[in-house]
Amino acid sequence: MPSATAQQTIGPYWHLLADPQAADLTRFGAPGPAITLQGRLFDGAGAPVGDACIELWQADPSPSELFPGFGRSGTNADGWFRFRTLKPGPIRGRGNATEAPHLALAIHARGLTRPLFTRVYFAADALNETDPLLSLIGEPARRASLIAEPDGAGSWRHDIRLQGACETVFLEG
Amino acid sequence: MNQNLNAGIGFRPPQAGTQPAYATPAYRSTALRAPFSAPISFPGSLTETTGPRFTPERFPPLTDLSRLEGHDAQGQRIIVAGTVADEDGRPVPHTMIELWQANAAGRYRHPVDGHDAPLDPWFHGAGRVFTDRGGRYRFVSVRPGSYPWRNHKNAWRPGHIHFSLFGPGFAQRLITQMYFEGDPLLAFDPIFHSVPDAEARERLVARLAIDLTEPEWALGYCFDIVLRGRGATPMEA
Repeated sequence: MPSATAQQTIGPYWHLLADPQAADLTRFGAPGPAITLQGRLFDGAGAPVGDACIELWQADPSPSELFPGFGRSGTNADGWFRFRTLKPGPIRGRGNATEAPHLALAIHARGLTRPLFTRVYFAADALNETDPLLSLIGEPARRASLIAEPDGAGSWRHDIRLQGACETVFLEG
Repeated sequence: MNQNLNAGIGFRPPQAGTQPAYATPAYRSTALRAPFSAPISFPGSLTETTGPRFTPERFPPLTDLSRLEGHDAQGQRIIVAGTVADEDGRPVPHTMIELWQANAAGRYRHPVDGHDAPLDPWFHGAGRVFTDRGGRYRFVSVRPGSYPWRNHKNAWRPGHIHFSLFGPGFAQRLITQMYFEGDPLLAFDPIFHSVPDAEARERLVARLAIDLTEPEWALGYCFDIVLRGRGATPMEA
């Protein structure tokens, strides 16, 4: 069997698929308090990336008819993306480890030949200290690039830097 | 806590050369967008091995891009069909494929496309199709035209259709482009050539398939798609 089909950039015209509602994971009536996750996406020159597609996936709470677990947000001219979702709880990781609450993001854009995968954790969660992924990253600034900060009630701020000194940590898919 | 451990098997890494590097100098837009640091190796967990499900009830199929409101779009009508399988050859049933493309003149119905080519009132350019239980899909469209872009002097994209797929795991996410057999612009295209391995590149090129072609109606093209397979080592419980 051949290897997986090669990725090709999403390009600048993916908005033909765009559904503005898709950034709201609570739109099908998911119960429970919702959170907002918002932030800006920057390139290596510090300029906002205005044509990206950011996708969010979370394994917790378990997806259901009312909660798809998946959302998609474009970035606007100032690089802003914004999701509405349910805050995840911890999940069971490998070797019986507990993973701190987190969201997965996939970033697609013109100029990205293939998706970039990353995770978003939540500041001040005690489980962050023992999370298997965060524990892999020794350098505090790199580690901080995966942690969203509180930004008002029920709101979290998380900027993503594609390239440069404060570059976000990305994961092998 | 979500304790479903059955899905806890990672995906195998790509074979060398079969996926594009983030930094691809010939594709200029990568210069400020490709990360400097290599992605870190992390075996992943449920977050990567599970993924979203899409149903035709909530995401209605749109399998004929060649017509809009009862009118035919301009251009060469085509049928595109193939199978979606994983690297172990297992078909991926009931999975959603999203599609988008330029019209026959090489113009996208998109505000940032400033190419001086006509829009077609009867062509929108976005579609959605689900694989059947055997992993097969099929849709109808018109052959997309080539269009210029500003990557380098006299840069033209070969005709292509964008595909977006979701496997059972989020780490299987695939966004790619399907090209057409015999397109002379493939030789000059830095996006196509962002894939180092020639054989992997060739698998992005759909072949004319006479058995998919419908007499007096449309040319058929075959495009098979492979998603990442599961890794060999199950997660320890």
